[in-house]
Amino acid sequence: MKNYWWKILAIVLVLYTVIAGFLIKVPAQPILHETIRNLYFHVPMWFGMMTILFVSLWHSIKYLSNSNIESDIVATQAAHTGMLLGFLGIITGSIWAKYTWGAWWVSDTKLNGAAITLLIYLAYFVLRGSLEEEQKRARISAVYNIFAYVMLIVFLMILPRLNDSLHPGNGGNPGFNKYDLDSNMRMVFYPAVLGWILLGVWIMTIKVRIEKLKRKTLTND
Amino acid sequence: MPFMIASQTKYLIIKEFRLEMRNKYALGGILLYVVSTVFVSYLSFKQIINVPTWNALFWIILLFASVNGVAKSFIGESRGRLLYLYTLVSPQAVILSKIIYNSLLLLIISGLCLLTYSLFVGYLVQDLPLFILTLVLGSFGFSSLLTMVSAIASKTSNNFTLMAILSFPIMMPLLMVLLKLSKNAVDGLEQWDLNYLAVLMFINVIIIALSYLLFRYLWRD
Repeated sequence: MKNYWWKILAIVLVLYTVIAGFLIKVPAQPILHETIRNLYFHVPMWFGMMTILFVSLWHSIKYLSNSNIESDIVATQAAHTGMLLGFLGIITGSIWAKYTWGAWWVSDTKLNGAAITLLIYLAYFVLRGSLEEEQKRARISAVYNIFAYVMLIVFLMILPRLNDSLHPGNGGNPGFNKYDLDSNMRMVFYPAVLGWILLGVWIMTIKVRIEKLKRKTLTND
Repeated sequence: MPFMIASQTKYLIIKEFRLEMRNKYALGGILLYVVSTVFVSYLSFKQIINVPTWNALFWIILLFASVNGVAKSFIGESRGRLLYLYTLVSPQAVILSKIIYNSLLLLIISGLCLLTYSLFVGYLVQDLPLFILTLVLGSFGFSSLLTMVSAIASKTSNNFTLMAILSFPIMMPLLMVLLKLSKNAVDGLEQWDLNYLAVLMFINVIIIALSYLLFRYLWRD
């Protein structure tokens, strides 16, 4: 119970998000209509992705200071999980965009940022794939991970503030906090963010354990 | 220690120049690359009078020329020479000297590119000082980023392909800012966009700081 309370919390929060997210009353808005419920699924994916990619960055820095291969395993698996959340974020966002903006993909700073994120981490995996030796692969990909994450932060944090975005809450578009007069949406949104992040971390820990077991069987044979 | 790095950097830059002078084909090759690419675009476009197209094509040519020009800085180095340097100088001096040398190289490349591009494709720049400032800052940014990526890519087996896929996504923030600034310069806006100039400087400082800190993990084998 001590160690897995947060997994139960994750299950409860995600279940709550799914059930309450579809059932609780949302403000009726033109254009948005019921798609406003995407807030509980699309936005938390990006929160989760950034959190887990930060874990990846943290373990890359740790690897460079202690050269422990376990840090490298965590960094890679965290990047994998971050990619999973990123793809889900792109898919949910794309479907939402089709019904509100009328196109699957539009030119928008946030969308470009998402695409660049995926490209950077796919390049990270290609880089890992092209290095054979374990220690060397861990070290060099850690350097690239740190370098890439910082450039990503510049792209995601600074440039959208200089450009307008089509997203709600940017460029004169009202965000959900303007509609949400009775705080109904907040009651689902904040638990949703926490729930999806916890679920992401859980997936990551399982992937790390699988990877460690694979390594163990490899070195024993 | 900083003094030692500075003097080592100076010697290493002189070394780079000597090597370049002994092997003029490399420099001539990259300059010819710029001229022929510009000529190919001239033959396909004739004159360009649309500002965004002019701007985008200019930076795409410069982007590819820079990747090609900087790629050889580590990829071309023999293992023996790197090992020799490893015993003699500090890693910071190596990366700083390469960055400074490549910046000068990219300044020459971008100057030539502007000259030939204006001659063949058309000259639309209305605010030349801002355009040149953008080119100079862009050359520094490209050079520091690509030098670092070249160091990463040189550790792998298929390094030229990797050079492109590793560098393009992380160059995007830089390229976006450059495109915006140079478009302002071409349009000849009354006021310089100081926000974008500040972001450009900031990106440059971050890349150089990261390269300075991370390079020592890259080059020990």
